[in-house]
Amino acid sequence: MDFSYTEEQTLLRNSVSKYLADNYKFEQWRKFTRSDLGRDPAHWKAFAELGLLAAALPEEYGGLGGGGVDNLVIMEEFGRALVVEPYVPTVVIGGGLLRHGGSDAQKTEWLGKIAAGETILAFAFAEPKGRYNLADLATTAKKQGSGYVLNGQKAVVLGAPWADHLIVTARTAGTGRDRSGISVFLVDKKAKGVTTRDYPTIDSLRASEMTFENVELAASALIGPADNGLPLIEKVIDEAIAAISAEATGCIKVLVDATVEYSKTRKQFGVPIGKFQVLQHRMVDMFVQYEQSVSITLMATLKLGDSDAERAKAASAAKVSIGKAGRFVGQQAVQIHGGIGMTDELNVGHYFKRLTLIDTLFGNTDHHLKRFAALG
Amino acid sequence: MDLTFSPQEEAFRQEVRTFIADARTKLPKTVGAPEAATRTKDDYLAWHKLLYKKGWVAPLWPKQYGGTGWNVTQRYIFNEEVAMADMPTTLPFGLNMVAPVIFTFGNDEQKAKYLPRILSGEDWWCQGYSEPGAGSDLASLRTKAVREGDNYIVNGQKTWTTLAQYADMIFCLVRTDSNVKQQEGITFLLIDMKTPGITVKPIIVLDGAHEVNEVFFDNVKVPVANRVGEENKGWTYAKFLLVNERSGIAGVARSKKATQKLKEIAHAETIDGTPLVDDEDFARKIAELEIDLAALEYTELRTLAQESQGHAAGPESSILKIRGTEIQQRITELTLEAVGYYAYPNDRRLGANEFVGPDYALGEAGHYFNMRKASIYGGSNEIQRNIIAKAVLGL
Repeated sequence: MDFSYTEEQTLLRNSVSKYLADNYKFEQWRKFTRSDLGRDPAHWKAFAELGLLAAALPEEYGGLGGGGVDNLVIMEEFGRALVVEPYVPTVVIGGGLLRHGGSDAQKTEWLGKIAAGETILAFAFAEPKGRYNLADLATTAKKQGSGYVLNGQKAVVLGAPWADHLIVTARTAGTGRDRSGISVFLVDKKAKGVTTRDYPTIDSLRASEMTFENVELAASALIGPADNGLPLIEKVIDEAIAAISAEATGCIKVLVDATVEYSKTRKQFGVPIGKFQVLQHRMVDMFVQYEQSVSITLMATLKLGDSDAERAKAASAAKVSIGKAGRFVGQQAVQIHGGIGMTDELNVGHYFKRLTLIDTLFGNTDHHLKRFAALG
Repeated sequence: MDLTFSPQEEAFRQEVRTFIADARTKLPKTVGAPEAATRTKDDYLAWHKLLYKKGWVAPLWPKQYGGTGWNVTQRYIFNEEVAMADMPTTLPFGLNMVAPVIFTFGNDEQKAKYLPRILSGEDWWCQGYSEPGAGSDLASLRTKAVREGDNYIVNGQKTWTTLAQYADMIFCLVRTDSNVKQQEGITFLLIDMKTPGITVKPIIVLDGAHEVNEVFFDNVKVPVANRVGEENKGWTYAKFLLVNERSGIAGVARSKKATQKLKEIAHAETIDGTPLVDDEDFARKIAELEIDLAALEYTELRTLAQESQGHAAGPESSILKIRGTEIQQRITELTLEAVGYYAYPNDRRLGANEFVGPDYALGEAGHYFNMRKASIYGGSNEIQRNIIAKAVLGL
């Protein structure tokens, strides 16, 4: 048994954390997340130069040969700095779908571009009526000649305003919530028939509502098997769940540290509030939640290569734990900070918001409790 | 003991309903809008003024000062009807906070000068209690008032002052003696917000709203005539006010309305083709919420009944604050959960009259974050538990 990071992974963590400490301070973050674009493109470029975007991708396609643990290291640090750049949709999901399901030609073209920072991808999977069921799709891709015609609507596509290409899930056969009949497509955002409505999200990301109207796709747009894409999607979303669990762990760490620190300096009734036992115990519970989050995130990450059922159970377990921990730590961090924790000026509330929406992303606590239970 | 309403009480309910229905036609559309964040100063005052004209603006005041003279049941019915119709609450700072202090501890001139203006809505009041260094430990406040002839000269800073940007008047706790026990050197002053030396600075909160402010006092001259009661006895009046604040804080009627809205959303949202409200997990959560709310409602009714028999609200009113705010927060948590991915859009940064996703999701995520304030303000829930531990359980 060994929970230690390799030398490469430690170097990776140090390089990410140093870059963010120098260039991604909260005051800078406030500025660029409120700009028209919502991010500073210099960071994506720097991530590519530092090799972050290549770290978890296979060597034969321009990557550095890492995997889930590299994603974990990067995402924990990203969580600590509230990074908004679309690493999950581009590298974890886009990279994951291509790596596990792409043709050799697709891998050569797209994995190389991802690693070099030359493309930004967004993952259009949720629909206005589908809630968290990945198979509940009204979007269709009908066969036409050698290619497909795409029609439908996608909801809250994170990072889409910044993306050049979209990865879209659609029904190519079957109806309703059938597990079969689902396929994955790579779609140029500039293609005729794609319309987007961009907006800021409450956790300072950007997203789009998307409509596809008779969008013509070449046969080469298909990623993975036709009509049987769901197992691929589930695998990659479990990888993304491990990644956002690591992000949440980073957020939780910041909140626990900030709250403990604040409780040592904020005085009421003549003593630092951290001297009050009721707050001490609550902060201990926050710390326990942090440690549990670290553990379950590691478990989910290390089981990504297991059988589908093992992997899925571990990912759902992590999602449930992280959802509960994020809510408790976020709410208590605000409570113990008091009024100041309610302000937009302090970073605490922004971490709380990110944690709250991480619970929603890819299915909330209830959804994953059910999934875990159903897996036996 | 009896839980039914008499025919007279049912008739009163009808009268209130008719009044609200009629009032709605006279108010700007935004007043009855479900989204409170879009309400303006004029919206609040428009509703206040209609109530004033009807003689219903001050249910908590004695009749001699312009109160309604309603009994506990009538007040309960009125609050419920107003909340169910989604009418705005009248702001508590003048009507429910400073006015009872003035008519209980103020002199005749103060009563004659301020009470009619609070009643008519002419004066908008805000509350100068908290300071950057004095939150839960309110008695440690440091804003100083030094006597100079017929005036006090006030210097210092208040914070978390709700809607001070609209206020005409502020009631303030100030320190007039630093050489005695903290609680014994505090004075209660009424200060005109137009006095030179007062500056109001906005604080933006989690959901992007400008609801609270910092208020700075730089050599602000306040006539001694604006002091309520005696110098250095302000803590007594402040505590009286805090107990009043707590009893109104349960918000049962508003929580019932919010629960109703939550259920409507859960009917509209689907999970695998079935309404969310029929999902076993979610239905259980709503049931637990409704049960908690029923227990709170009957706790509040017991308190009100006691009050109507002449027993003033005691430290038990902290229960209403704790449970009331916990339930309000739980409702926003479940509502956020119900809207699924449409918790994401930041409505405040969309254009006017624009929204993303179903209209019922508008503002719900922001509301969840905003309502975290409820367990902090009015004496944090930790402080309320201290009060019960000391004053009720004798620990």
